[in-house]
Amino acid sequence: MGELRLMKGNEVLAEAAIRCGCDGYFGYPITPQSEVMETLMERQPWNETGMVVLQAESEVAAINMVYGAAGSGKKVMTSSSSPGISLMSEGISYIAGAELPCLVVNVQRGGPGLGTIQPSQADYSQAVKGGGHGDYKMIVLAPSSVQEMNDFVDLAFELAFKYRNPSMILADGAIGQMMEKVELSDYKERWSDEEVIEKSGSWATTGKPSSRERNVVTSLELDSLKMEENNNRFQEKYRRMEAEEQRYEAIQCDDAEYIFVAFGTSARVCQKAVEIAREKGVKVGLLRPITLFPFPKTIIGELAKDVKGFLSVEMSAGQMVEDVKQAVFDAGIIRPVAFFGRMGGIIPTPGEVVEALEQKLLKEKR
Amino acid sequence: METKDIIKPENLVYGKSELLIDTIMHYCPGCTHGVVHKLIAEAIGEMGIQEKTIGIAPVGCSVFAYNYIDIDWQEAAHGRAPAVATGVVRLNPDKFVFTYQGDGDLASIGAAEIIHACNRGENMLVIFINNGIYGMTGGQMAPTTIENMVTSTTPCGRDSELNGYPLKMTDLVAQLPGTSYVTRQSAQTAAAVRKCKRALKKGIQNVLDKKGTSFVEVISTCNSGWKMTPVQANKWMEENMFPYYPLGDLKDSEKGEPVSKN
Repeated sequence: MGELRLMKGNEVLAEAAIRCGCDGYFGYPITPQSEVMETLMERQPWNETGMVVLQAESEVAAINMVYGAAGSGKKVMTSSSSPGISLMSEGISYIAGAELPCLVVNVQRGGPGLGTIQPSQADYSQAVKGGGHGDYKMIVLAPSSVQEMNDFVDLAFELAFKYRNPSMILADGAIGQMMEKVELSDYKERWSDEEVIEKSGSWATTGKPSSRERNVVTSLELDSLKMEENNNRFQEKYRRMEAEEQRYEAIQCDDAEYIFVAFGTSARVCQKAVEIAREKGVKVGLLRPITLFPFPKTIIGELAKDVKGFLSVEMSAGQMVEDVKQAVFDAGIIRPVAFFGRMGGIIPTPGEVVEALEQKLLKEKR
Repeated sequence: METKDIIKPENLVYGKSELLIDTIMHYCPGCTHGVVHKLIAEAIGEMGIQEKTIGIAPVGCSVFAYNYIDIDWQEAAHGRAPAVATGVVRLNPDKFVFTYQGDGDLASIGAAEIIHACNRGENMLVIFINNGIYGMTGGQMAPTTIENMVTSTTPCGRDSELNGYPLKMTDLVAQLPGTSYVTRQSAQTAAAVRKCKRALKKGIQNVLDKKGTSFVEVISTCNSGWKMTPVQANKWMEENMFPYYPLGDLKDSEKGEPVSKN
């Protein structure tokens, strides 16, 4: 058993980064995730593991520092919250276009614009559909506990390097700010220069020896036919992710007649809503997507065969619900897919969720 | 002496740098980029640092710099080269990292990144090509366009009331404690080319000695954008740009306290 601690989600992100052998963090303060960089600066990992931590002049600069460091084959990350992620979207597009591995954490707050500092899930579409310009995808992991804030850092890096693609942890202000018991991961060594060359020497800017051609990290290709080839390669990679990386947690889905689909903080609310509904005699289960891209559409398609309907519960105006509908449609099954959400930093209550289930799905059936 | 004697290897006085790749450059005849590329290739080759060099290419005419010099490169988004270079050098402090940027890239869209990288004293060399115009997009006004200069977005000449004043980035970064060597050069004559190369080599050496940021501006021509012949462009540059952007070293703290970083 690893070391047990009572920690905030944001603090755990920092601790997990140090422990998983992360080489560098570049960030800019923004509520509600500022504790990530504060914790790193307090911990001074440069004295311990050699990890570099730098406060950039802006989110724009931070993501470009990540781009540069990732281009040299290093394991690097940044974190921010919604408005900051919008600023980083240019850089994320370049990182995806140059096929570089890295980790971006979004501890979401309510929008649009400066919005609010309270938790939200309204950046779902931005995270899973691309966000920046061009056809690209990130691997998106959605933690719903402080423990998963720990576990997903290492997982996100593993997937990023497996696919040479940016990974995102899409959390929200509640997961970032709340304290829970967490079992911290064991320390992993940072990669040596030799290991970096072994893993990434075929593409990274590790310095050109006479034994190989120069490496050029770029997303630019003016020849349209070649650029289309590049895009085909990206799309093939995204299809591979969809085939191999769909992750989810199914809670009480075996005998369920209705399914809540919810991630992150909403999933915690829905877990209680499942209990309340079952007490009322309605057999409800919870399908919690862990990967938002690739979306766990296979399991949703399978569940669709046996259930009477789905309720997508989100802290947004209804974004993931589109993917739930698509998954049901792709399975060739007709089932009602309803939505319930709160916006602007409001977390729905379990009672509200059950009420929404009754009004939007049960009523129609009766 | 006959031709066959002149071309004997022992009589060779000048050769193309091995780091300069045999590919046709896309630069216009008369453009300063080609000359500065050659100087960078020569400097890196002569200093024997090809294996530890990482270049950061900008957006602009020199976006394809990575096609011409045989080192590892990363292509940055417009203006972000100093941030990209920061990421590389912070995690690879023993590498020689340089950015190569035009005036639109460095002085306009990337003004924040260059100021903060220089202010942190990132251990890198910045090569700043200032020709007072956006070359690649077709000759629009740059922040460094001098007053009354005609461009495609200042068809009646740059008006400071409307467009502000030509930005002296090199003077600005010379004020920052993070920079150690800040100089303004040109490359329109054989003598200027030699001086420019010496400046680049000094900037590289400063980085190898971990003295912080070195910054070499090269006042350049864009004869296509300026709609002049190369010869006219050189003359116009000397007569109009040099008075506003005087050549020479603005800062040389080589003998002073090294700017500490890392």
